[in-house]
Amino acid sequence: MTIREPVHQGRLKTPFYPRIEKLDTVNQWHEWKGYSSPDLLYCEETEYFAIRNSTAVFDLSPMTKYRITGPDALDYLNRLVTRDMAKVKPGRVAYAVWCDDQGQVIDDGTIFHLREGEYRLCCQERHFAWLRAASIGFDVTITHETEDVAALAVQGPTSFSVLSNMGLEGLDQLKPFGLAHFDFQGAELMVSRTGYTADLGYELWIEPSKALELWDALFEAGKLHGIRAIGTHALDLARIEAGYLAPYTEFLPVDETIRTGRSRSPLELGLDWLVDFKKPNFNGRRALAEEKRNGSTWRLVKLDIDGNKAAHNSYIFAKEKGNKKQIGFVTSAVWSPICKQNIALGTVRTPHGKPGDTVWVEIYYQREMHWNRAMAKATVVDKPFWFPPRRGAMPPGPY
Amino acid sequence: MTDTYDAIVVGAGHNGLVCSALLAKAGKRVLVLEANSQVGGAAITREFTDGYSVSACAHLLYQLQSEVRKDLKLSTRLASEDMTTIALSEDGNHLRISADSVEGVSDEDAEQYRRFRKRMTRFSDLLRKFFNKRPPRLGTKNIQDFITLGQLGLDMRMLGKEEMQEFLRLIGMNIHDEVTERFESPKLRGAISLDAVLGTHLGPRSPNTIMTYLYRQAGDHGRTGVPAGGMGSVSNELAHAARNAGVTIRTDMPVKRIIIENGRATGVETVSGERFESLMIISNADPKTTVMNLIGAKHVETGFARRISHLRAKGNAAKLHLALDGLPAIDGLSKKDYAERIVIAPDEHYVERAFNPAKYGESSPNPVLEITFPSFRDETLAPAGKHVMSAIVQYAPYDLKGGWNEEAKANFMQAIMSTLAGYMPDIEQRITASELLTPADIESEFHISGGHWHHAELTLDQFLFVRPVNGAAQYSLPIDGVYLCGAGTHPGGGVSGAAGRNAARTILRREKAA
Repeated sequence: MTIREPVHQGRLKTPFYPRIEKLDTVNQWHEWKGYSSPDLLYCEETEYFAIRNSTAVFDLSPMTKYRITGPDALDYLNRLVTRDMAKVKPGRVAYAVWCDDQGQVIDDGTIFHLREGEYRLCCQERHFAWLRAASIGFDVTITHETEDVAALAVQGPTSFSVLSNMGLEGLDQLKPFGLAHFDFQGAELMVSRTGYTADLGYELWIEPSKALELWDALFEAGKLHGIRAIGTHALDLARIEAGYLAPYTEFLPVDETIRTGRSRSPLELGLDWLVDFKKPNFNGRRALAEEKRNGSTWRLVKLDIDGNKAAHNSYIFAKEKGNKKQIGFVTSAVWSPICKQNIALGTVRTPHGKPGDTVWVEIYYQREMHWNRAMAKATVVDKPFWFPPRRGAMPPGPY
Repeated sequence: MTDTYDAIVVGAGHNGLVCSALLAKAGKRVLVLEANSQVGGAAITREFTDGYSVSACAHLLYQLQSEVRKDLKLSTRLASEDMTTIALSEDGNHLRISADSVEGVSDEDAEQYRRFRKRMTRFSDLLRKFFNKRPPRLGTKNIQDFITLGQLGLDMRMLGKEEMQEFLRLIGMNIHDEVTERFESPKLRGAISLDAVLGTHLGPRSPNTIMTYLYRQAGDHGRTGVPAGGMGSVSNELAHAARNAGVTIRTDMPVKRIIIENGRATGVETVSGERFESLMIISNADPKTTVMNLIGAKHVETGFARRISHLRAKGNAAKLHLALDGLPAIDGLSKKDYAERIVIAPDEHYVERAFNPAKYGESSPNPVLEITFPSFRDETLAPAGKHVMSAIVQYAPYDLKGGWNEEAKANFMQAIMSTLAGYMPDIEQRITASELLTPADIESEFHISGGHWHHAELTLDQFLFVRPVNGAAQYSLPIDGVYLCGAGTHPGGGVSGAAGRNAARTILRREKAA
């Protein structure tokens, strides 16, 4: 009689799981594209302050990664995304958004130009079917490599010092949205100066077999620089401060929508700067050009709200009183510890929500079981809430 | 040096010729580039063996639109007209089926047939109205679209409540259910089934084969004829009308690509490297060839490229040409019957069984055939006393397992011969030469991707508002300056000229509005 290997049915574990599990004190995990990912490991606030005051390490191995190669790789990407990829040279990373033919956002992500003609597309959701469809008529190879690459975000003011301690020579020359290859114990370590926190920070990419060695070396190097592993709650707080979008929160991938009008275009998400109409063709171009002519329906807003009660799930109104109906709603809200501001991201109908406009948010909050309602004044702001000079400093400071 | 034209039509198929002629009549300087040495596309007459000529692909004329005839003042001479369909029976008791009556069946069947035809004619007349209109877009603000849509609704309502319900019930249904409900004669069931599936990758039990039946009838109330000199004479007449209107037609000029610059068409480049400039390129080629080969997927958006590449357009009909030293004997036929349309489809199950293997990439061991002897009324096609037989043979799937090599063709030829021999015992002895065009041959000779005579399967999901695909159903592609005018567009294939005429009218109207 042979005993069959049991089929793995539970959540997948990332290559860094053995280390993260040891640091975990709360056992609070969620599912992320099949993988276990921690909400937090110790305390959300402490983890958040690691991002802003020292160095935070976040395991982003479950991020979806596709390798795109072949003679038509550039043409392919240029048709896929709205921005001009010809301007993204080898060794550079580009934030990009891609749309369907109707100009509605499928997802956003980063594209790494690893080497001449060799790219990695990195995003939160899975898009193999769309990427395959987009390859009809192009000589490209698309490989799903999520499992083949272990990745860590190393973010915070001391992150440069930590990585320098680890012996990464020449890292000081790496500009924001740059990438470089290093040798790590005989394996290739790719380091990009990218992140989801709007702080000084890097992302590290390596083959899974070297993941634990990398983790150990990193934490050894960061011992005196306040290095700390973090979960997604702290990261989410930081990304709201940065004004970055999260799929399923600020927008719904269009292929997930059923009702019309529930998807968003890049113009409606404040991503006009990513849409290059000088390119003769890209997915959504015709629809977006028409939207630009006729005006958009929605506008993404960053809100600076009076008071200290976070405006979770609030309706947004044009006036304090006498509103016939709401003009939009809040998608992400938080009290920003570093800005000492009550901030939110939201979506409102145009023409509302121009920078400088005043709008009102309806905040419900609970005190000793009882619910209360407050109308809070909010100002639409243009710039990210948190965008420190150290993020782009050249060379980065040795904190 | 490059030549500049107001419009360039890629392909001198009959639709391309109609379109070019109408544009030229409106004052445009038009160039037509044809890959083959003869104009007409799949509507040509050509010699297939010394002294014997035949309509090489399309062989019966039943759809040429009176609007096209009128606009271009055509006076096509027919060698045979109002042809009767003779449904062969091995025992010699053949059926004679005409547009509104049938001989050789019970009185009840004859009465049922009369009623069936009356209703089908009413429904196909409704369809026919829309043959010669640009299909409307749904949810549109365009006044023209609005009128067409309103008319479609009104015309349907004008059928009366019961008939409208019947129309809506039948339009998506299969022909098998209808014929078995109505008729007891297997031969009648078989012959009507054949009419519903000719030229498609569908069997009598496939959905919407009542629609394909109606489509066939819609052209000219089911009246069928054979042009004198074969189908090529229709194309020659069209080419003559086009040239008279000032169109330049150049043959042996295969187009390599449509030049797209900054997201709009600016001209074409031929295989030989010649370039012609025009801001209006009209493709008579099938949608797949046009978008994937001539334009290139990178110039269109992903969803559109995906829809085009998923277009169902795999032919399943072969064409058989036989040179005969005399007419084959058919038991029970009188001499003049050889001028008629003869079908081998003994019952509806036979037709479905013929289709079955095609679903799995195999050709039919017992094929169905639509046969004509065009030389019987037209001496120009064969030497004196000799004859040609022209037949459409189903099913011969385009993507045959193992491909259409010599052996596969020989096997299929053998199946055809043994089927024919059941009705024409001396056929083998009569044959002096033969030619069998499989969909693969049709693809390479006539440059139709998939070798499908409709350029795209004629099914409800590729019909009217969504033909060939949504985003291209009004003759223009989502690239400035590129249009379609072939069978892949509304209404579809068959020598009707409707697609070419609609495309020209759409282009001219759009220009006027701009």
